[in-house]
Amino acid sequence: MKSPAFEYVRAESVADAMSAYAEADGDAVYLSGGHSVVPSLALRLQAPALLIDLSNIAALSGISLHDGWLRIGAMTRHVQALKDPLIAAHAPLFTAAAPFVAHPAIRNRGTLGGSLAHADPASEFPAAAVAMRAELEIASSQGIRRVPADDFFVDIYETAIEPGEVLQAIHVPSPVAGQVIGFDEIARRRGDYAMVGAAVQAVSRGSGLEDVSIALFSVGNHPVRARKAQAALTGRMIDADAIADAQAALEDDLDPPDDPQFPASMRLHLARVLLGRVLANLEAVA
Amino acid sequence: MKADITLTVNGEAVRETVEPRTSLADLLRDNLRLTGTHLGCEMGACGACLVMLDGVAVHACLVLAVQADGQKVETIEGLNDSGLIKDLQETFHDRNALQCGFCTNGMLMSAYALLAGNSDPSRDEIRDALSGNYCRCTGYEAIVDAISAAADHRLNKAKGAQ
Repeated sequence: MKSPAFEYVRAESVADAMSAYAEADGDAVYLSGGHSVVPSLALRLQAPALLIDLSNIAALSGISLHDGWLRIGAMTRHVQALKDPLIAAHAPLFTAAAPFVAHPAIRNRGTLGGSLAHADPASEFPAAAVAMRAELEIASSQGIRRVPADDFFVDIYETAIEPGEVLQAIHVPSPVAGQVIGFDEIARRRGDYAMVGAAVQAVSRGSGLEDVSIALFSVGNHPVRARKAQAALTGRMIDADAIADAQAALEDDLDPPDDPQFPASMRLHLARVLLGRVLANLEAVA
Repeated sequence: MKADITLTVNGEAVRETVEPRTSLADLLRDNLRLTGTHLGCEMGACGACLVMLDGVAVHACLVLAVQADGQKVETIEGLNDSGLIKDLQETFHDRNALQCGFCTNGMLMSAYALLAGNSDPSRDEIRDALSGNYCRCTGYEAIVDAISAAADHRLNKAKGAQ
């Protein structure tokens, strides 16, 4: 289908973009890579009066290290998550997640910021952001604030970004010595939306795992932190018993949606299988 | 309000006036009559509309023409005329890698982009590169064969030249 008519403006700064949004009385949508917005227009799921293109704004680009945090501009394309050495070294779960995100041509245009702001419950980068304990830098007319990923994802397609605000960057704390990660998903076909997915990071010490962080996706309205599974693994070496305990704990952590094609019990089962696989294959990154 | 845009298509400067909602695919097909860019799903799923935009493969249905302002577009017509995919076209023909042909232009674009960055892809890597291209006729096996054969030819040619 073809999109309904709209006006288009290319913003040169974040302030510029926010004032265009205000002038449109909120009947506007921000455009980054456009790979969720444009199909939603073609499918006529939304019909804003104005599209505000953010792609030319310098403040939204660039990848740089500051005081142990990697700042990734919101306009960073998925393909950069796959190839950029700074992201691979300092935000390795994004690199691990990227091959699972859609298809090569989509990854050339889709942006990390767009994916996080869109907050599709089945998408990979939001869960990776939660597992890495990333913080999201949001600009509003009042100034700039940083929101922890745990508080950022509010509901299905809903985040802490208020109408008119702009997600500027993603901040990821650098890995510490002994850090291990794992990422995997179960999908019907390569590049399809995940039926369940898991992003895991932890610090491996001689005495066992510390700082265990597990985010599952496609199991609820937003990425879900598996707190009971994290606790079940903390202080333990990874072995069959520890993995079995973490898998068992998912019963309390998850309350997956139930639908006739995909019962909640099946999603919980797949989540357990997947978490077991990921835990058995954790990789050292630092 | 219509917008004036300037872009380079297959090496030629193009100036057009478009509605903001016009996709790059519609600009290419309707305004420029470059109908080798096929439209299947118009939502980024089928891969029939792939073009090169500033050197990377993108879905022309998911890029607005106004977003491509100032950029370089290479369509299947441009790749065909340049001779850069002649070997791929030949191996597609040799291996029966097309039947109805609707998906072929997008397949060739994906294959071209893959081989530009990876001269010796495995069959898995080829399949991954084609994961966003639908073919409803061939079952993909022949397409993977064709791309693999073209890569082999290029490698052999490069060895011969050494």
